[in-house]
Amino acid sequence: MPSVDLVEMGESAKRCRRRIVDMVYKAQSGHPGGSLSCIDILVSLYKGVMRFDPENPEWDDRDRFIMSKGHASPAVYSILRDLNVLTDEDLDGFRSMGSVCQGHVDRKWTRGVDFSAGSLGMGLSFGLGSALAARLDGSDRHTWVLLGDGEIQEGQIWEAAMATTHLEAGNITAIVDKNRIQNDNFVDEQMRVGDISSKFESFGWEVIEVDGHSLSDVTAALQRARGSGVATAIVADTVKGKGVSFMEDNPAFHGAAPNAEQYATAMEELA
Amino acid sequence: MTGFAEPGASRDGYGDALLDMAGDERVVVLEADLGKSTKSCHFRAKYPERTFCLGIAEQNMALVGAGLAESGKVPFASTFAIFSERAFEQFRNGIARTELVVHLCGSHGGMHTGQDGSSAQSTEDLGIFRTLPEVTVMTPSDRNSARSLTRKLLDHPKPSYTRTARNKTREIYTGEEAEALEIGKASVLRDGADASIIACGVMVERALEAADRLAERGVEATVIDMHTIKPIDREAIIRAASSGAIVTAEDHSVIGGLGSAVAEVLAEEAPTMMRMIGVRDKFGESGSPSDIMDKMGLTSENIASKVEDLLAK
Repeated sequence: MPSVDLVEMGESAKRCRRRIVDMVYKAQSGHPGGSLSCIDILVSLYKGVMRFDPENPEWDDRDRFIMSKGHASPAVYSILRDLNVLTDEDLDGFRSMGSVCQGHVDRKWTRGVDFSAGSLGMGLSFGLGSALAARLDGSDRHTWVLLGDGEIQEGQIWEAAMATTHLEAGNITAIVDKNRIQNDNFVDEQMRVGDISSKFESFGWEVIEVDGHSLSDVTAALQRARGSGVATAIVADTVKGKGVSFMEDNPAFHGAAPNAEQYATAMEELA
Repeated sequence: MTGFAEPGASRDGYGDALLDMAGDERVVVLEADLGKSTKSCHFRAKYPERTFCLGIAEQNMALVGAGLAESGKVPFASTFAIFSERAFEQFRNGIARTELVVHLCGSHGGMHTGQDGSSAQSTEDLGIFRTLPEVTVMTPSDRNSARSLTRKLLDHPKPSYTRTARNKTREIYTGEEAEALEIGKASVLRDGADASIIACGVMVERALEAADRLAERGVEATVIDMHTIKPIDREAIIRAASSGAIVTAEDHSVIGGLGSAVAEVLAEEAPTMMRMIGVRDKFGESGSPSDIMDKMGLTSENIASKVEDLLAK
């Protein structure tokens, strides 16, 4: 695979994890669990694979990144901070009135954000539109869509999965952050989604299964997907709350902020 | 505009307009297995590479449109008016809220769609889309105005919902007259000092018939085609209020549609006696368009009698 600096990416992921916890703690509001589960994927994307110019995030021919599980906004803001698209002050305003860091990612408010999310199930359709536009333009820009494993309970995801292969859009990759927890409980308790890989395969997608916390494996999978020429779903096994012991695999931290004591513990663990 | 259209339905005007705009490479057309009905099929036949048929999946269609718009395309998506409602939240969160310009057309709106029955007779669409910030809502009255107003969406800076009708209506505008129409500006079709009838969509022809009936009885009524429900032409409504009697006419629920929009303006700016012709909180049934329109009171005679009721007050 093309060379990437895995050491730097590891450091970046750690910085981003600290920012995620920090933002949610300061706001006393937000979704730490699903942000921590997908941050290694975002670091791999932005630092290893995506065509994205931090100095010109509005560049027309950039790759598109669609954060469909929009409540994981702290993950997006933290990587955009790492790329100097956002500032520490921006992150400090997370979820407060007038902040560029809205509760759910919003293209109207934040430079470098391509999609306005917050209502689950819509991002893959939007990504398909981006991919079709790239094809019409004769551009090799790629579209990346991050989905949650709870999110794919929404029927619209499967409308989009069917349409993507029917329309032969080969310039799009869906990444499923399979952290096994949704708002109220474990996915298997709320509504089993079954074998995600075989579902995508049955719609004609290529599927790659990967450890979602291995920066090298995720980067390799993303690079393979980009070069494959067919719609690819990367099913990433992840841990909700990854990196903070008491948040890991804990449904309570899907959408809850740590208290002062928990914050101190978390920052110590992420030092 | 290339030549005048033959008399037809407003959905034919939508199909004409897509072809008119085809020279602009930004224009892309989206369908949800109803292109033959909404008339986007003609564009599809000539420009298949810029037409995306998305199957029976309106929610996906809305967001595919948003994605195309974000990349600089101007998507025109269509389905039946009733199924546009299925993608309402997608239109709200994925299009209107994001300031992405996607144009959605719902054909076969209203009781006028007739035989398909109550599942197809959307009488809520204008009302619900009107509640969304930044969204333009239109319902043209004939083929030529549908063609002209749809073409004007090409450089319109906001997303839109346009309702068209399945069945033919009489020609209200010549091609040239239609060309002069502007989004958001009401069209005065007839002047009269005694009362004002504000109508939209397929009720415009009935409003003109009502004005003829009234004239025979010595009452001169202004008739306004309010083809744009949002942003509504407040000035035109305030001017119409000077007659002291306003009747609205729509093939839509009286809750939330044209009548409500006019009443909102009158209540704030020029309280005026008014009556609303529309669907009175009911579902329809199968039947010929004229039978079901009659049953729902969507008739020229009903418009005329409501005008006379007001004048008798």
